[in-house]
Amino acid sequence: MAAAEFARGAPRRGGVNSTLLRPAVKPLVFAASLLPFAWLLYGAIANTLGANPAEALIRSLGDWTLRFLCLTLAITPLRHWTGWHALARLRRMLGLFTFFYASLHLLAYGWLDMGFDVADIAKDIAKRPFILVGFSAFVLLLPLAATSFNAAIRALGAQRWQALHRAVYAIAGLAILHFFWMRSAKHNYAEVAVYAAILAVLLGARLWRRFRP
Amino acid sequence: MLYSKDRAQGFIHPIASEITPREVYEQRRDFLKTLAAGSAGVALAGWAARDAHAQSVARPNKLAALPGARSAVAGAVTMDKLTSYADITSYNNFYEFGTDKADPARNAGKLVTRPWTVAIEGEVKKPQTIGIEELLKLAPMEERIYRLRCVEGWSMVIPWVGYSLSELIKRVEPTGNAKYVEFHTLADPKQMPYVRSSVLDWPYVEGLRMDEAMHPLTLLAFGLYGEVLPNQNGAPMRLMVPWKYGFKSAKSIVKIRFVEQQPKTAWVKAAQQEYGFYSNVNPKVDHPRWSQATERRIGEDGLFQKKRPTQMFNGYEAQVGQLYAGLDLVKNY
Repeated sequence: MAAAEFARGAPRRGGVNSTLLRPAVKPLVFAASLLPFAWLLYGAIANTLGANPAEALIRSLGDWTLRFLCLTLAITPLRHWTGWHALARLRRMLGLFTFFYASLHLLAYGWLDMGFDVADIAKDIAKRPFILVGFSAFVLLLPLAATSFNAAIRALGAQRWQALHRAVYAIAGLAILHFFWMRSAKHNYAEVAVYAAILAVLLGARLWRRFRP
Repeated sequence: MLYSKDRAQGFIHPIASEITPREVYEQRRDFLKTLAAGSAGVALAGWAARDAHAQSVARPNKLAALPGARSAVAGAVTMDKLTSYADITSYNNFYEFGTDKADPARNAGKLVTRPWTVAIEGEVKKPQTIGIEELLKLAPMEERIYRLRCVEGWSMVIPWVGYSLSELIKRVEPTGNAKYVEFHTLADPKQMPYVRSSVLDWPYVEGLRMDEAMHPLTLLAFGLYGEVLPNQNGAPMRLMVPWKYGFKSAKSIVKIRFVEQQPKTAWVKAAQQEYGFYSNVNPKVDHPRWSQATERRIGEDGLFQKKRPTQMFNGYEAQVGQLYAGLDLVKNY
């Protein structure tokens, strides 16, 4: 059908938007979002994660949490800049993948680093406050993940739902602080700066849109 | 059970140390060494010595050979399972080449280790500059299998090749004023891309008290796994002090200086509250930001295995404990 239209030289309606609305897009994005997980799982099984696989898993899962957070927060500014409004249908999925990787990051820390020893975890948090910062970000993610289905939006009402989901900005701030603090031991802030800059642009775009003269 | 290297390679066998309690196998080894010492006759002693030192070190055939005879120094050959050559040479802290553990293996290729000289300075009767070829011939090479405990909470077991630092110190004849020894790592931004970074004050300086430097376990290492040191491990010559956290053992040394005052070492300058001059491995004295009670043995402890307890002086208390008699190890961390 599309090919036939193209052959007749008919104007393509919607362009990127109509492509984004195709039924295959969501499953494709879903599958792509699982690739990092699949790659890490393969690495754990095949033992290709280097000399310290536990550390590699914990850190990579943290990296992917941050990347999905950036992707999720990029949807709205991208829609405004490009007019690709159909991107909106991917936002919930990306948000839930942020939660998915955050959960695995926390699980990997609690399991691989701490052996689920509550006393050890309590001692570790007292020593390394940045863990508490990361944990706070995860706790804030919970209500957002829990209210990510349509019935929850209806039950809360759009305004209250939106107010609740603005917690994502606090989560972004905590996530950057967590990463910054963790890297402070080696004064190695290059990557932290990249994520901070991306998130600052994405949040700044929202402020600009709201308060522009 | 996805995580065991041995399983991945198709050999399903338990690690001996997992089955036999430490006390028991250490007693057995002591017994075997006693036999080896001659009490049970020459033939039996030969057999027993082989058994006590059963672990063989196979060359990876990557670099030039540097053989060493098994060391006779007390405590110099641990029976712990060796960490693989691949892990030892790909997971490194050598900040001159980058702060990520994978950076040194990637970036150390540019380091030129020939010609190489080491300046001996300060409170010595015979200050001199010694070439690496001469240093290699200065004393017989020994193979020593040491545990390495990183301050970050991981450990390895590494078969080094070298000789006691005391061999070199005796030749240069320190004066009575020499109370400490300083070790300076090369700091050449042309060969070491991260020497420009602000993480540490370059060059990397480490130091030991004179009695620590003279201890027979304090090793001047030139090789590992029967071959010369790979650049990322501190070629062509580095220090290895097995009872201290790894950062005390300076790599790619270009200067050894004998001094009267306690040296201002790189990590003490960078974070005095976190790193002390002594930095002896001590499970009871935590780093301000993490526990030192346990460690992860690289390549051996599986993904889902709990970390193992860290030993006092990294297990070398019998050999070095007396150096610190009467010293408050909490204050002198």
